[in-house]
Amino acid sequence: MFDDIGNLMHGFSVVMQPHNIVLMVVGIVLGVIVGVLPGLGGANGVAILLPLTFSMSPTSAIIMLSCIYWGALFGGAITSILFNIPGEPWSVATTFDGYPMAQQGRAGEALTAAFTSSFVGALFAVIMITLVAPLVASFALRFGPAEIFSVYFLAFCSFVGLSKEPPFKTVASMMIGFALGAVGLDQMTGQLRLTFGFETLLGGFDFLIAVIGLFGIGEILLTMEEGLSFRGKSAKIDLKIVVQTWKQLPRYWMLSLRSCLIGCWMGISPAGATPASFMSYGIAKRISKRGHNFGKGEIEGVIAPETAAHAAGTAALLPMLALGVPGSPTAAVLLGGLLIWGLQPGPLLFVEQTEFVWGLIASMYMGNIVGLIVVLTCVPLFAAILRIPFSVIAPIILVLCAIGAYTVNNNTFDVVMMLVFGVVGYFMKKANYPLAPMVLAIVLGDKAEESFRQSLLGSQGNLGVFFSNWLVGTVMTLGLIALFWPIIQNGLARVRGSIGSARPVQ
Amino acid sequence: MSESAHETGGTGPSHRSVEAGVAVAAGILGAITVIGSLRVGIGWGDEGPKAGFFPFYIGLIIVFSSVVNLVQLFAAANNNAVFASWGQIHKVLSVVVPTAIYVAIIPYSGIYVASALLIGLFMIWLGKYRAIVAVPTAIAVPIFFFVTFERWFLVPLPKGPLEKLLGF
Repeated sequence: MFDDIGNLMHGFSVVMQPHNIVLMVVGIVLGVIVGVLPGLGGANGVAILLPLTFSMSPTSAIIMLSCIYWGALFGGAITSILFNIPGEPWSVATTFDGYPMAQQGRAGEALTAAFTSSFVGALFAVIMITLVAPLVASFALRFGPAEIFSVYFLAFCSFVGLSKEPPFKTVASMMIGFALGAVGLDQMTGQLRLTFGFETLLGGFDFLIAVIGLFGIGEILLTMEEGLSFRGKSAKIDLKIVVQTWKQLPRYWMLSLRSCLIGCWMGISPAGATPASFMSYGIAKRISKRGHNFGKGEIEGVIAPETAAHAAGTAALLPMLALGVPGSPTAAVLLGGLLIWGLQPGPLLFVEQTEFVWGLIASMYMGNIVGLIVVLTCVPLFAAILRIPFSVIAPIILVLCAIGAYTVNNNTFDVVMMLVFGVVGYFMKKANYPLAPMVLAIVLGDKAEESFRQSLLGSQGNLGVFFSNWLVGTVMTLGLIALFWPIIQNGLARVRGSIGSARPVQ
Repeated sequence: MSESAHETGGTGPSHRSVEAGVAVAAGILGAITVIGSLRVGIGWGDEGPKAGFFPFYIGLIIVFSSVVNLVQLFAAANNNAVFASWGQIHKVLSVVVPTAIYVAIIPYSGIYVASALLIGLFMIWLGKYRAIVAVPTAIAVPIFFFVTFERWFLVPLPKGPLEKLLGF
């Protein structure tokens, strides 16, 4: 424990180096822009900028990239409140009360509340990561292949149980991700598979290309279809409004605490920030005395989803750091970055790369403080970006995506693949297939397969190895519950329905 | 949520047929995975499970879930929802087609010239900008990217005849 505090202090000294502070500010600003613009999300923005960091030290690289992530989390709130357009899926719930507040001329108040509660949520989650992650990691050091596979299993099953898309669509999307991830060289036998003689498939499908295509190009196509025209409320934010709003915020400490807890809990499971923000909003509406006022410009309706979304977004890094299982698409991209920099994500990171891990954790504290200052001072600037018409922004984003896709492997064929993934992403999104499990499966496919095959190798093909001790058995059982949750829920509802059958059924 | 918005958007291909198409495409992908896995062997080799062991079952699950998705689609009542109106599809294609051409010419023209063309033509055709606004923007943005990537981050991007002419 005391070692950890020492490590954290050392992390702060790394983060405080001038060039790292500069990278942090650059990352935050880029992140907010990425969060504000349609077609560029956190995952996609980090994926595009990842190749730029190949030449940096891993610690500087992760500082910049994680700051892009914080920036994107902050940025989503700006468009939701001023333009009624959620820049990110997790800020949809913020539009419910944020935009009405802006319409009433309380934009400054709403923005201050949103940014501050984002900050509070993130801080809560970072403190939790600081305290919990080393414990989880040291516990996970004892994991064998079967335990590692069970954690992957739980992560993927939670997608099926928790996502709002139909379960079989989630399964299909996830398994396509695994299939794409399996193309190319088989790491265990050194054999080529699923390439069907195409040379371009030898290296397999790169998840960065998939992310840029699915989230970047796909999103632009969707935005184009909807024909968005941005008509925003003006953003005036000055010190007086900030101080006034800060004065009222402590009144909502209970709401904040609850939203933080919801966020952390949801963030650790791979369902992520979006459901956390909705859940927090929904619960706040039910519990609050002013619940009837929700949707008409209630400040509590801004605090609840923003706190939870930011807490969840931050907490998503806990399983990535401690177990090597990312809790969100953006965390998955960061994890891919670790692999590219030559670091092995997972519990060993805490032992072998202490400077990196604690530098990252320290940068979470610093990045969110810097982020809060940047967004509070520069809101009008960021809002002005959205006033640039989409017909100018769209081709520039397309070019950025192409550059990002090219730089992954210095290969122009990847740019073609990016467009293919983009069109595929458009159709999948329209047909209600979730994209996040697919991306996670492409990233983790090899590792999940490796642990699965190693476990079977140890047990000579006996599937009982996944229930051979209480730990692996418990995690697998939790996974199965998550997998069959839609059916279980259905069953429970039916049982309840038959008890209360006096009520008319719709 | 998004479906209801499209119902009023005029005529277009039905949501149902497109969704069926997606399910069939996914199923075919699953079948290809199964076939590819069978080729490298799905059984138990000297070093444990063979290379096709894992993807084989993945492929089977894809096929199975695609069939379920199809069955569920046709079991549900047809709400006659439209996938997207023809106007919307036209807008989407007006991005896809130029991007496809853009992607195709990058290996020959380099990324900077292609990007300038994409931005300029996009602004003139879709944004209805006059050339006096569009052309400077189209030239300035690639130059900005050039300075950022090639000079600042030292990341080389594909270059074509024009850059060679200028001596890069």
